[in-house]
Amino acid sequence: MADTTGAVEVAGAADAPGGRPADWPEAVFAERSRLVEGVRAYGLIVMMWLRSTMAYRASFAMTAFGNFAATAFDFVTILLMFSHVDELGGYTLPEIALLYGVSGTAFGLADLVLGSMDRLGRRVRDGTLDTLLVRPAPVLAQVAADRFALRRLGRVLQGLLVLGYALVTLDIGWTPLKVAMVPMMLLSGAAIFGALFVAGGAFQFVAQDAAQVQNSFTYGGNTLLQYPPSVFAKDLVRGVTFVVPLAFANWLPALYVLGREYPLGLPDWVAFLPPVVAGLCWLLAGLAWRSGLRAYRSTGS
Amino acid sequence: MRLYAVVAAGGFRRYATYRTATAAGVFTNTVFGFILAYTYVALWDERPQLGGYDMSQALSYVWLGQALLMTCSMMGGGFEDELIERIRTGDIAVDLYRPADLQLWWLAGDLGRAAFHLLGRGIVPMLVGSLAFDLALPSSPGVWVAFLVSVALGVVVSFAIRYLVALSAFWLLDGAGTAQMAWLAGMFFSGMLLPLTLFPGVLGDVARALPWSSLLQVPADVFLGKYPGWELVRAYAFQAGWALALLLVGRMVQSVATRRVVVQGG
Repeated sequence: MADTTGAVEVAGAADAPGGRPADWPEAVFAERSRLVEGVRAYGLIVMMWLRSTMAYRASFAMTAFGNFAATAFDFVTILLMFSHVDELGGYTLPEIALLYGVSGTAFGLADLVLGSMDRLGRRVRDGTLDTLLVRPAPVLAQVAADRFALRRLGRVLQGLLVLGYALVTLDIGWTPLKVAMVPMMLLSGAAIFGALFVAGGAFQFVAQDAAQVQNSFTYGGNTLLQYPPSVFAKDLVRGVTFVVPLAFANWLPALYVLGREYPLGLPDWVAFLPPVVAGLCWLLAGLAWRSGLRAYRSTGS
Repeated sequence: MRLYAVVAAGGFRRYATYRTATAAGVFTNTVFGFILAYTYVALWDERPQLGGYDMSQALSYVWLGQALLMTCSMMGGGFEDELIERIRTGDIAVDLYRPADLQLWWLAGDLGRAAFHLLGRGIVPMLVGSLAFDLALPSSPGVWVAFLVSVALGVVVSFAIRYLVALSAFWLLDGAGTAQMAWLAGMFFSGMLLPLTLFPGVLGDVARALPWSSLLQVPADVFLGKYPGWELVRAYAFQAGWALALLLVGRMVQSVATRRVVVQGG
């Protein structure tokens, strides 16, 4: 299970109930060590890329700012919309800001840790994946850490700023449970998006040229979640609830905090499912990654 | 002239090779088209006739944006990365010795690329959009032709901007920062995020006067029949004026760069 190292990075998939084969202590032990090994390899490669990034500080500052500004434009668009209307899909600006801030931060964290996964297709195409396979470190850790881009912090920062704005302006009757929901949403959301990055990477073993398909689920999903579900057609909402469970990254827990009705008439307790859903996503993504890696045939050049 | 036609054909064929990538791109454009279209429906439900568009015109605008995103390179992703790389490595010296005009050479290649993206990435999302939503498609063939001319002018403006971006690498060596700034400006001021007619006050006036509005806002308005009769000539003049001005600046910068700057490894 070294292939799911990223899980620990993002949200601690070990919390997922039922995921631990307790009858197999030595297997668990072996998995643990490979997990640690993966995290260590990830950390080492990340450090290397950090040093190389910092060699061109001006360029780093510009691209980090660019990353911040590019994502900020999404929110500027929403602000421009609200210069013409008071409500969008029945939601006010602070409410949409909460949805936006949660989704943006969660996605930003996943993108920071695993955003390089979409380069896998290129590596499969040009054969450079082979060099990763012969190194004594888990492939997933190597691919995920490849060209680690600290500039992606710009996106996280932007999401946090909008989230902060939402939390300050919203008139919510805070309960301890609702307060606890906020970090839970961010971590589970990051884990769900992260699983999507890994699954997308696995898909690229098959379709080498299709980084864009992955992007439409990750970046597209993020854009989708920045608006309330009432804006979208029922089938689309159904799709991101039951097929690609993005609704658990944001909509369902955030609507609980807002005290809003859930889409599709779902029961109350689904708002607390995100950690479970995140665990399941990582299980599936890990399986997909393994079968993808197993199916990999080098270009042979 | 024949040389540049061959280069343009090469640019077309080069992008036509990536079939899976094109299909994946069409998928992405379609997904984003749907997401944006629904947000526009929510917006125009609240405020019909916002920005001078009715609902079906606003929806057409969304899908036109998806169709032209790659054609007019609003998010970059054309020749400029390669040109920056050639400047960085010093390969540009070889290009300068070629018996062809550097700017025209890259322009021809980029026109070929744009033509492919219009066909490969533009038609299918537009078709899907028109099946899923009620779009305001022009009924007269004249408007379609006028639209294509406007798109072509938009591509030239886009090229001229990106050429300047690439030339900045002569001084900065690492062109990634400038490329990103240009990409940001392109996203915002082309009208890709929201039609520029929705931008308030001075911001709107400035945005509509900047060259980037030639990339999406003007072609979309031609498509939606906002420029009847002689108005169309004015729209074309706006685009062509920016194209010429930026191409000339590009030419000047290029000659300064090649005269004053030491080519890497030379």
